[in-house]
Amino acid sequence: MEYVNPEGLRLDGRRPMEMRQLRAEIGVVSRADGSASFEMGNTKVIAAVYGPREVQNRSQQMNDQALVRCEYSMANFSTGDRRRKTKGDRRSTEISLVIRQTMEACILTHLMPRSQIDIYVQVLQADGGTRSACINAATLALADAGIPMRDLVTSCSAGYLNSTPLLDLNYLEDSAGGADVTVGILPKLDKVTLLQMDAKLPMDIFENVMQLAVEGCKAVESHIREILLENAQTLVIRQGYGS
Amino acid sequence: MRGIQLSFSNTQKLRLEKALAQLESLSSKLNSNATVIVADKIPVDEDAALKGHGTLEMGNDVVASVCGVVERVNKLVYVRPLRARYKPEIGDIIVGRVIEVAPKRWRLEINFSQDAVLMLSSMNLPDGIQRRRTAVDELNMRSIFVENDVICAEVRGFQHDGSLHLQARSQKYGKLERGKLLKIPPYLVKRRKQHFHHLDQYGVDLIFGCNGLIWVGEHVDVKDAMVEDQVNKSDPQNTHSSSLPGSSEEPTDTPLERRQYICRIANAITVFSALGFMVNLDSVMETVTLSLSLNLGVHEMLEAEFHVRVAEQEAERRSTSKRRK
Repeated sequence: MEYVNPEGLRLDGRRPMEMRQLRAEIGVVSRADGSASFEMGNTKVIAAVYGPREVQNRSQQMNDQALVRCEYSMANFSTGDRRRKTKGDRRSTEISLVIRQTMEACILTHLMPRSQIDIYVQVLQADGGTRSACINAATLALADAGIPMRDLVTSCSAGYLNSTPLLDLNYLEDSAGGADVTVGILPKLDKVTLLQMDAKLPMDIFENVMQLAVEGCKAVESHIREILLENAQTLVIRQGYGS
Repeated sequence: MRGIQLSFSNTQKLRLEKALAQLESLSSKLNSNATVIVADKIPVDEDAALKGHGTLEMGNDVVASVCGVVERVNKLVYVRPLRARYKPEIGDIIVGRVIEVAPKRWRLEINFSQDAVLMLSSMNLPDGIQRRRTAVDELNMRSIFVENDVICAEVRGFQHDGSLHLQARSQKYGKLERGKLLKIPPYLVKRRKQHFHHLDQYGVDLIFGCNGLIWVGEHVDVKDAMVEDQVNKSDPQNTHSSSLPGSSEEPTDTPLERRQYICRIANAITVFSALGFMVNLDSVMETVTLSLSLNLGVHEMLEAEFHVRVAEQEAERRSTSKRRK
């Protein structure tokens, strides 16, 4: 199948190095300490953060750092075929673990000893790149909850189809069987916290694809920062500091 | 918009936007560049600056680790977070809920990153006598507070093991009954001299807990509570049952009018916190007066129109206080 046509356009009309439209909103769950929704094109996820709060299971309590937990789930209506998904299937367990490890790397857990932070992410619409979207949503939600972090983790995926590196794969391109590289970075520190790839790629092409994904992460970062700053300024105005 | 899930009509939307824009224009002259978000660089003049909460050293730069406002006190540079859970300070007055009765202590949920502990020894006994707490007292702990009671107490400090201890060494602290507990974001409550308020005209007690829990309840006279406790003490069988509503000699029901005032004040606070404004006594009372002057029913206060009115009133209030300066 042709994923990039001779004019250089992809199936959904994007250029190979073009991202889907990003949309983010902060404060979507009123009861949570922090929450956000994040959209990348047709992929839409919602994240809620609770905590730091008392550890539920005493045996897991750590005296020098916070416990970070993450739960990933997909809504039944999120995919094309409506299927009842069991809560603890292997895919969601794996993604929960990935998100947890990525977020744990940036949260300053040592500042909140003997407590736990819960991150819940749910996919409302799945169209490829749910992993990245979940990480981006979780970052926003954590920042909204006022949890101290080293940096804002952002994530983006890239792939390689029809011998062209493609940024931000959608579902069709994702299921084409080509390589799919998901990268998560700490933009200010310039460090990689997440790198996943299914299928194989030659070394030199891999580097190009990864570079492309990193560029995508940086684009996501600038968008997230804008949203956060705007949100922070509204809060300052509402609380009326100085007046 | 955070917290507000109402359907506004077009005019209401415009009026709300106008009021909020007015608020924005009032605060824009102030340090607008002091707002930082995670990993933003904070300009520091010299190397000798002290890095406080919410900051992080990264290479040679000082960066923020939370979203907030940069504050500078002499050499200290810190970031005050805009949204966060409650952070206790010694002497804070808090409202909490008992979640567990443990040996010699109660565990309280206070919206902090861990549960607080109220030791039996750090509260006054109902009879008011200072003495060692005996095993009998320990067995009678449930006659003082049981699970799910709402309590008002003061932060005593952190113990060596990092747990947070409370104390309730005055008659003004203790169990709260006959009222409404509100939970608002703790950053909307400022620390003040006075957190207990008795609103004489309504017969209502108002307690602003620093942890974002606010108590609106029927006024209780501190002295009466003591007398009642002594009566109970003399009759041990009555002691246990006195925790149940309606068993003591006091009038058992709150008059309807007073209940309506309680709800009115509670709704005023709810509206205020939904709009994200700082909650304090003056502004709440102003809102209550506004609702009374508009002749609104208690439930009508939670509708869109009143939210807009409150926003307009707040804009008005801030602009007049600004002019006076």
